[in-house]
Amino acid sequence: MGWFKRSPWVLHYNATSCNGCDIELIASLTPLYDLERFGIINTGNPKHADILAVTGSVNEKSRQVLQNLYDQMPNPKVVVAVGICATSGCVFQDCYNVQGGVDKVLQVDVYIPGCAARPEAIIDGVLKACDILEEKYARRKKEGRWAERP
Amino acid sequence: MNWINELMKSLSILERMLVFILFAPLAGGLLAGIDRRVSARLQGRYGPPLAQPFYDVIKLLRKERIIVNKFQDFNVVLFLLFTIFSGALFFSGADLLLTVFSLALAGTFFILGGFCVGSPFSHLGAEREIIQTVAYEPMVILMAVGMYQATGSFKVAEIAQYQAPLILSLPGVFAGFLYILTIKLRKSPFDLSMSHHAHQEIVRGITTEFSGPGLALIEIAHWYETVLLLGMVYLFFAFNPWLAIAMALGTYLFEIFIDMNYARFKWQLTFLSSWLFTAVAGVSNIIVLSLMR
Repeated sequence: MGWFKRSPWVLHYNATSCNGCDIELIASLTPLYDLERFGIINTGNPKHADILAVTGSVNEKSRQVLQNLYDQMPNPKVVVAVGICATSGCVFQDCYNVQGGVDKVLQVDVYIPGCAARPEAIIDGVLKACDILEEKYARRKKEGRWAERP
Repeated sequence: MNWINELMKSLSILERMLVFILFAPLAGGLLAGIDRRVSARLQGRYGPPLAQPFYDVIKLLRKERIIVNKFQDFNVVLFLLFTIFSGALFFSGADLLLTVFSLALAGTFFILGGFCVGSPFSHLGAEREIIQTVAYEPMVILMAVGMYQATGSFKVAEIAQYQAPLILSLPGVFAGFLYILTIKLRKSPFDLSMSHHAHQEIVRGITTEFSGPGLALIEIAHWYETVLLLGMVYLFFAFNPWLAIAMALGTYLFEIFIDMNYARFKWQLTFLSSWLFTAVAGVSNIIVLSLMR
């Protein structure tokens, strides 16, 4: 039975997003999309979270916070890059303070493109992330230890 | 008609405790599932499956175990054990006062669990939990006192067998108990120390530093606590078991309704209003009762 698939708790972090993707992420909790019907809870606490959803490109300031949040999450955990900025840095990638997408700091498991990413795409991406959670748990059972932190 | 009473009488004390320990988490988890489903419907959402709380707990038990220090685990395990202990005492028909005080002790361990870590969010949550405890505890004790005044016994078994309707002699105490039940069940407007909702307070309040299996134990303790508290509601209507069960469930639905309709109170208002309500409804009821006899 896939228990992680049934209750993935999402931690949302805004790296340097313009708020477009944030609004769409919050919109997927509202009555129209209702993420909770999949058991997904939006939590503000990294220690309770399974999925780290990051919006916006990563800059010098936010990378430490991002790394810190990721380190506090208990295994198994996955990282979802929401929106094109989190995926690659998009138009901001040449900015002097921007490092690029989330994958410059953390190992990203699911990329959700779009500017802003549609709620349907976000839900789809989070559900894909659930499968990866299951995979990570299965690997832990096989190898007897959690994957190394990047 | 009273087969529930007959059933309770036919079981020995140990058997009754065992029934509580085995079935209370199932009932409590199901109630939590109903809570989330009904809450979602009241907000116009579809809501999670009924068994969602069980999925959550099983998932949490499978997560990596990160503990901040060894006292954290110690406290959360004792919180669960004392909650189970007080529930088992209650459902085996033992002393109501003992139940109330061991439940308070369980709450104390939970608070210590919040204080034993370094996180300021957890500390703030634990401080608020203390304020909540101070706010609700007088009314819980008054409930036990009121039941003694009406029935002449502190023993749950004898209160449950009392034939006259207890609610008619203790309406004020019941109203006061209903008020603090919202605090005990961690519902809005009194979910200061931790909230189950997405609109959370101070990160996750007292449970901020608990993760994985530790958090699962807290959830399970919360299920036991829910069943125990609804059992206390049952006592007010125990003259008719069917009515009592219906009223206990009705009370739970009422709490969900309150939860959905109120914004969170500040701690000052929580404290003041619950003590005011305790004084006006609870104490006056007990004074009237003592004057009448």
